Amino acid sequence: MTELPLIGEAPVAADSRLDGAKIGVVTFPGTLDDRDAARAVRLAGGTAVALWHADTELADVDAVVIPGGFSYGDYLRAGAISRFAPLMSKIIDAANSDAKLPVLGICNGFQILTESHLLPGSMIKNDHLKFLCRDQVLRVENNTTAWTADYAAGQEILVPLKNQDGQYIADEKTLDELEGEGRVAFRYVGFNPNGSRRDIAGITNAAGNVVGLMPHPEHAVESGFGPESNGGTDGLGFFTSVLNKIVGGAK
Amino acid sequence: MTTETNKKFNIDTVENAANTPDTELPWAELGLKQNEFEEIVKVLGRRPTGAELAMYSVMWSEHCSYKSSKNHLRQFGQKVTEEMKKDMLVGIGENAGVTNLGDGWAVTFKIESHNSPSFVEPYQGAATGIGGIVRDIISMGARPVAVMDPLRFGEIDHPDTARVMHGAVAGIGGYGNSLGLPNIGGEMVFDSVYQGNPLVNALAVGVMRHEDIRLANASGKGNKVVLFGARTGGDGIGGASVLASESFDDTKPSKRPAVQVGDPFAEKVLIECCLELFKGSLVEGIQDLGAAGISCATSELASNGDGGMQVELTNVLLRDPTLTPGEILMSESQERMMAVVTPENVEAFEAVMDKWAVEYAWLGEVTDTGRLIITWEGEVIVDVDPRTVAHDGPVYDRPYARPSWQDALQADHFTGSAADAGRPAAPAELAAAVTELVASPNMCDKSWITKQYDRYVGGNTAMAFPDDAGVVRVDEKTGLGVALATDANGRYTYLDPYNGAQLALAEAYRNVATSGAVPMAVSDCLNFGSPEDPDVMWQLAESIRGLSDACMELGVPVTGGNVSLYNQTGTTPIHPSPVVAVLGKLDDVARRTPSGWKEDGQAIYLLGTTADELDGSEWAKLRGHLGGLPPRVDLAAERELGEILINASRDGMVDSAHDLSEGGLAAGLVESALRYGVGARIALEELLERDGVDLFTALFSESQARAIVSVPRSEEVRFKDMCTARGFAHLRIGVVDAASNALEINGVEAMSLDALREAHEGTLPKYFG
Repeated sequence: MTELPLIGEAPVAADSRLDGAKIGVVTFPGTLDDRDAARAVRLAGGTAVALWHADTELADVDAVVIPGGFSYGDYLRAGAISRFAPLMSKIIDAANSDAKLPVLGICNGFQILTESHLLPGSMIKNDHLKFLCRDQVLRVENNTTAWTADYAAGQEILVPLKNQDGQYIADEKTLDELEGEGRVAFRYVGFNPNGSRRDIAGITNAAGNVVGLMPHPEHAVESGFGPESNGGTDGLGFFTSVLNKIVGGAK
Repeated sequence: MTTETNKKFNIDTVENAANTPDTELPWAELGLKQNEFEEIVKVLGRRPTGAELAMYSVMWSEHCSYKSSKNHLRQFGQKVTEEMKKDMLVGIGENAGVTNLGDGWAVTFKIESHNSPSFVEPYQGAATGIGGIVRDIISMGARPVAVMDPLRFGEIDHPDTARVMHGAVAGIGGYGNSLGLPNIGGEMVFDSVYQGNPLVNALAVGVMRHEDIRLANASGKGNKVVLFGARTGGDGIGGASVLASESFDDTKPSKRPAVQVGDPFAEKVLIECCLELFKGSLVEGIQDLGAAGISCATSELASNGDGGMQVELTNVLLRDPTLTPGEILMSESQERMMAVVTPENVEAFEAVMDKWAVEYAWLGEVTDTGRLIITWEGEVIVDVDPRTVAHDGPVYDRPYARPSWQDALQADHFTGSAADAGRPAAPAELAAAVTELVASPNMCDKSWITKQYDRYVGGNTAMAFPDDAGVVRVDEKTGLGVALATDANGRYTYLDPYNGAQLALAEAYRNVATSGAVPMAVSDCLNFGSPEDPDVMWQLAESIRGLSDACMELGVPVTGGNVSLYNQTGTTPIHPSPVVAVLGKLDDVARRTPSGWKEDGQAIYLLGTTADELDGSEWAKLRGHLGGLPPRVDLAAERELGEILINASRDGMVDSAHDLSEGGLAAGLVESALRYGVGARIALEELLERDGVDLFTALFSESQARAIVSVPRSEEVRFKDMCTARGFAHLRIGVVDAASNALEINGVEAMSLDALREAHEGTLPKYFG
């Protein structure tokens, strides 16, 4: 276990009902947005637990976030090496178990989830071949997952997007299945920033506990430090969704 | 590959050197002058060994020794008041200066050049520029929190500019994005003077608690010296290959890159690994390996320490086993650090290395001999006083004189008339001129570049491009943070180096104040031509004199920086380009002031006065003119303006503020409108009467110490009273008009924001795809 190297302390969240819920945030070598994901968990009211890729046991957590970054430098292929980390096999088992551990993969985390076969498809280089950082509108296509229940179906949210290998691809059959089963969780609206098939920004597994997306909801959780329009906190719903699910009952 | 390393080289030992005084050495090929070589022989009392020659030659180079600028740079340390020293925790001379932020926080920042590598190989040159400056920040014990990159390239339509632009921007993004450091701003200037000498400067800022400050020194006899991070390879060796006499086999890779190759993943792991070392107080001293590699790290650590150092060079982990001792000492392989560790901490140190899977090698230990001794399989190949390598290099008083052409240049003022389109007057022509200006390469929107950089990572970016300064939160509990801006205007400095350097500082200072932050410290990157040219040397001397005087007057000390000389093609130097970075402090970053208008009906005020100052301006550049005198410097007015902007931000009197500089009021108005897509109605009649200028001059002059602010109606009286009480010129020039979707200026044909945006944002994509 490693202690996340935090700068300062975040303000304590107001809703004490949620702070018993523990969300693990995994750090691999080269992970970048782990502190941001932990902050998002705290701001949503939960307790963030730092998880280290080399841990051979999954600590006592109620959900897991696999944050963004360039784990192992994206060498070989984004997520291809991290997928073999000792902790990942535990997370894969927990996600597939009857308990259906909620798992969210953001950006590089999404890439790791597809490499782990928890989610279908893959990400290739953006169609314009450049890294792109922008505020992106997404439509929540499925609000029944563990990570989207606090959104309205069809709600449009604004969150930052920043990646080089963000073009979601899968074969037509898989894409049709995803569409048919309502497993396209998020779609790009107005502008497809990377050439993703069918404007897909994020998907869920059939059970709705494993969700992956390229944009970064953890960068839209605090006014003044995220997108300038829409209040900048549209991403908070990911974290409140899972926390409310964990503690049970409605808000 | 053979493991019998001693068989591969004719090792030139100290003993051998003493016995063979007449051996010819390639000192000239290594860039040393005859007098410098003779000085080395005198210092050592014998000829240097090959390894010693390698060390002296890189450490006595212009880049490492500052031999041409040192005599002038002293002014930065001399022109400092007690008041300015109050918050300086670490000054010039360490890897980077450290400034007190209060509440137990300290901040360290530094700007450096990576110019010539970025011309040869733009991607790796720019990438490793970021890598190097970030390691300087880590070396101080800080967590790096942001980067910025001022860039200067050749003309936008020159065929080679696209090569440098694509490579450098991709390199900065590719490396910086992978480190998890937000890129919060910078500059982009196109000018033919940079065609063969692009300037790629990189700034990094880091924060730490006071007790975590680390220094680069090796003290305490018996403490262990360790090299960790990436392996040492053949990249960035530069001149060392002429030491071929050391080698008698031909198994070497035949071609090696002169430019270092970066691995951002290794650097990211190194950052986290170092922070964990600091947290456990596991290192006594630490130094990054940059220019001159192990030569620099060993000699500087030993020279700054209280004793000496003994190192066994064959312990260095190599990527290329054919490297000779001289090459190992000179290699500039990236992502390496050297540290001094007490014997008690060795085990804990190794545990941190193992956790992050970072390779390390124990090279030797700190001694009390006062000597830096380097052995190769036990045989002494270097035996020097480390001070003579690291600090007592040659210092030159290069001759300098005001160039013979300077007077004629300064007499050649920008004239222009309505007839030659130099000073348009009709409403339609003025609107066309404003549009032309904001679409021009230097004034156009730079998001083609900045959208390739991650500005969000870390979650503490409170402001970034295109606002006047980048703002990063340091303490999440209190909102304490820092603001940073970098500026330089090579055209101004060419016209008048003394005032031009001051204008660079004034603009960076103003940009930081515009964000609401209190300016605290300066770092500078002095990019000039050859110091052996008396004209250039005069530009350098005058710039340093001007900058140091201005720092004193504005009360902001220089805490570090870098000098980059020989930026010239043949005998044609670049414009003197002192890039000045100013760091400021915000007690609560939530109070930062953005540059764009938002609220309908707010009053727009122009602070400061406007004179006919078109010489050296962006408008003059568009008309192909460079001559005359740069805008007048008024540091007292800059200071007053800064205080008004800071107080207005603190007391909530302004909702937006934007400094006026290149492109003048015209650029400022358009940028404030396009920031959030909110227009305004502007009337300048009162200004024209008060300042005695025409409408064209009011819009395009680059008079300094000016800013535009938008003031909520409820705050107008208070704001005006504050300006009046301070005796600072202020004028209500218009009102924010959210409904118009246009910028309407009396006397200028109305400009729709859509058309302005198309012009402003279209330029870089047009040239670079």
